Amino acid sequence: MEANSRMTGLHESRVQRQKSSLFRQSLKRLMKNKLAVAGFGVVVCMFVLCFIGPFFSPYTDNKINMTLMNKAPNLQHLLGTDALGRDILTRVMQAGRISLTVGLASMLLSVFIGALLGAIAGYYRGIADQVIMRIADLLMTIPSLPLLFIFGALLSEWKVRADYRMYIVMLMLSIVNWPGLARMVRGQMLSLREREFMQAAVVLGLRDSRKLFHHLLPNVVPLLIVMATLNIGGAILSESVLSFFGLGVMPPTPTWGNMIDAANNMIDFQDHPWLWIPPGLSIFATVIAINIFGDGLRDVLDPKQKR
Amino acid sequence: MKHLMNIEGLSTVFYTEEGKVAAVDHVSFQVREGETVCIVGESGCGKSVTAMSIMGLVEAPGGKVAGGKIDFAGEDLLGMDPNTLRAIRGNEIAMIFQEPMSSLNPVMKIGEQIMEPLMVHLKLNKKQARLRAIELITQVGIARPDQIADSYPHELSGGMLQRIMIAIAISCNPKLLIADEPTTALDVTIQAQILDMLREFKASGGMSILLITHDLGVVAEMADYVIVMYSGKVVEEGGVVELFNNPKHPYTKGLLKSKPVVGQRLEELYSIPGQVPNPLELEPSCYFHDRCEQCLPVCRSRQPQLKELDGGQKAACWLYEEAEVHV
Amino acid sequence: MSEALLEVNHLKKYFPVTEGLLNRTVGQVKAVDDISLTLQPGETFGLVGESGSGKSTVGRTILRLTEKTAGEVKFKGQDIHSLSSVELRLLRPQMQLIFQDPYSALNPRVRVGDAIGEALLDHGLCSRHEVRELVLESLDACGLSAYHIDRFPHEFSGGQRQRIGIARALILNPDLIIADEPVSALDVSIQAQIINLFSKLQRSKGMAYLFISHDLSVVEHLCSRIGVMYLGSMVETASRDELFHSPLHPYTKALLSAVPVPIPRLKRERIVLKGDIPSPANPPSGCKFHTRCPFAVEVCKAQTPVFRDAGGGHFVACHLV
Repeated sequence: MEANSRMTGLHESRVQRQKSSLFRQSLKRLMKNKLAVAGFGVVVCMFVLCFIGPFFSPYTDNKINMTLMNKAPNLQHLLGTDALGRDILTRVMQAGRISLTVGLASMLLSVFIGALLGAIAGYYRGIADQVIMRIADLLMTIPSLPLLFIFGALLSEWKVRADYRMYIVMLMLSIVNWPGLARMVRGQMLSLREREFMQAAVVLGLRDSRKLFHHLLPNVVPLLIVMATLNIGGAILSESVLSFFGLGVMPPTPTWGNMIDAANNMIDFQDHPWLWIPPGLSIFATVIAINIFGDGLRDVLDPKQKR
Repeated sequence: MKHLMNIEGLSTVFYTEEGKVAAVDHVSFQVREGETVCIVGESGCGKSVTAMSIMGLVEAPGGKVAGGKIDFAGEDLLGMDPNTLRAIRGNEIAMIFQEPMSSLNPVMKIGEQIMEPLMVHLKLNKKQARLRAIELITQVGIARPDQIADSYPHELSGGMLQRIMIAIAISCNPKLLIADEPTTALDVTIQAQILDMLREFKASGGMSILLITHDLGVVAEMADYVIVMYSGKVVEEGGVVELFNNPKHPYTKGLLKSKPVVGQRLEELYSIPGQVPNPLELEPSCYFHDRCEQCLPVCRSRQPQLKELDGGQKAACWLYEEAEVHV
Repeated sequence: MSEALLEVNHLKKYFPVTEGLLNRTVGQVKAVDDISLTLQPGETFGLVGESGSGKSTVGRTILRLTEKTAGEVKFKGQDIHSLSSVELRLLRPQMQLIFQDPYSALNPRVRVGDAIGEALLDHGLCSRHEVRELVLESLDACGLSAYHIDRFPHEFSGGQRQRIGIARALILNPDLIIADEPVSALDVSIQAQIINLFSKLQRSKGMAYLFISHDLSVVEHLCSRIGVMYLGSMVETASRDELFHSPLHPYTKALLSAVPVPIPRLKRERIVLKGDIPSPANPPSGCKFHTRCPFAVEVCKAQTPVFRDAGGGHFVACHLV
């Protein structure tokens, strides 16, 4: 037996140096996926541009200058100006701050609600499971877009202050999004419960809290990260749609959605394309990049992909 | 005896995330007519990949047959166009797998699945095929063949399904039957039935069998000729009696000694130390060297070639290369 | 004789068979049907049977991973199935389970050292600074190296993972280890290593094993007493030498003769059984083995044979003995 373990040691010494870390391994695999890395790059650029860019801009987003109405892109205003003479580039960047913040915040909120409720339902089952999942089912049976429209219309009806609307839009999006996440976390919990290592945890006599926080949740996290990432893209889109219809964040606060609103006007649509193309492209690039990155993450983190 | 199949220098590689793996590395052997050849080895030694390569089941982009020749009854299987290969596969070479459940279509009746190759390869019409299918089910020792033909795979036990797989395999009177761990998933009493049946078919039909297994007991019962594989290489081959009574390669010796035998209890089992080497970290050496008790300096730096020893056995081991050991 | 470590009396475990939308119970699978066995401290009892014989369910019901239907399981005099969940949790470290599949029995996201040491910490059996020392000791006893402590399960081969599983059980100093087919998923050369590890650990720590396996040669190697199960019932129990040299039940004889022996051209008498193992949901009447028994007579179909002592502690359930 001694010779035995010595031999095992010998054989393994070659690979001994590599310190093992699941995070580092995943990162290594992710780096191999060029498309996902590119997607991540685009997302990072967007964030940098939107949050730092405005500081370098000589213009402010709400400064009205009637002498510069609807100017086409030129050297002073790289993307032109709008009907009130505001610099489009600055506004796109400012709008990006709002849109990205709304996307990120509503994602965090819906992941928090979804993961918590899903974990409770999946781990404790019984009554808690029934109540939570029936509420989730109910929310999922109502098509989310009309639901958001109704919420938005109600906000307008109640004359909610414009600067509060952003936060309320975040909340709305989270309410619509958490059931899907909760359902997924619950399913994952249910299948993990049946895994043999959970039986091993029972045999070892581990406490419930340890089983939940050391064994179940860490196995849900990778999937949660993937879902959360993809969720940001969806939230940005929904916010844009709402704002486009004038039911989300209201001007003068700029968002990509309410900037595209310009395309609603036939003359602007035809004659002033610089008004709506930049925010449109921003939404398009950001959402595509997030989705590509999310898919890459899924390939790396989803256990089904592993041998 | 005539050679039915002659494999020369077969190499199969797989592309994994961590790099290229030579799963089968310059493997050569022959299967003679009416002979049972067993390939024995542990998981990852390349025995199943050898079978898959013969059947043309190694597919890009996961892996490919990188070199060598597989000569079957005078035809080169590797250079063959897909249509001709398809005609040979299932007709002249049949294969059965470890998991009968996963190799049968779950939504098709048993009878239809037996009839399919009969209609494709032997050009029987539906009625003839059905009659032949019933006959085959009876042949593999299943009672109530009519009823079984009309049932679905999930309604039968593992042993029954493996019988059905054998029925499908022998339906076109193949010259070669490749059986990849056919009894590993079955209970011993069922295994005994299946092995008996395979022996009977071989004796009556004159077909050759290439049996792939990790179980030395099964090898001793079935084989005429044995090939021992380790890390993608053939390390020893020879007639079954010679190989079991007088193994040459330290790995074969260790394998034989480490298997507990019913009725021959020892205080402590012999065990080969260590693990099978990682296929990604193979260096030019004898792949067994770090587990070998008789390891020589030369074993760490150069790979031994398979060499014929007295008695017709072949082994790839520096212990038998007297001239070179002292280099 | 001292007090038995484990006493199983007339244990039964039936699983309901349900059907239709309303989950009506239409029948029962008698996975374990009246099993009794005792295990002395430091002894190794082997439980042998084919798939569907209920041998794994016996192990799991003893550990109360599943609730019993009837009968009694006494561990050190305490009835496991009447303990409260807290009492049971505190008793668990004393009886451990080794799983068949070393791949699925370890949490892929927990480092090996944490997996082995966490139960000690969770039960407050040692302090935080002591735990690393004890984990290293346990790893060493199971033939693993110190640097394995910070690795993840997927970095190990099957044999090494089984060693980790054993180290995880061993660190708790259990009095009983139930090993459910612990070597069936391993290669021959690795099997021998693990079997030797089991006997070495028993010599040094003196725990008792309930060793569940379908492989007679493995059981013969490790166990001093052996029980043979068929369709949820015990058909024969005897000491190792008795069972292997003078088996009484036709099923035991058939099993012994069906194991392939690695000696080519060996002529031996063989009892090849007809047909398949019947479904445990619908077992045959009388002696459950009569449908496959080459010696069956009329009485076997009608009457269930009594499990009785055929002399010298060799128990058998057969009309013909």
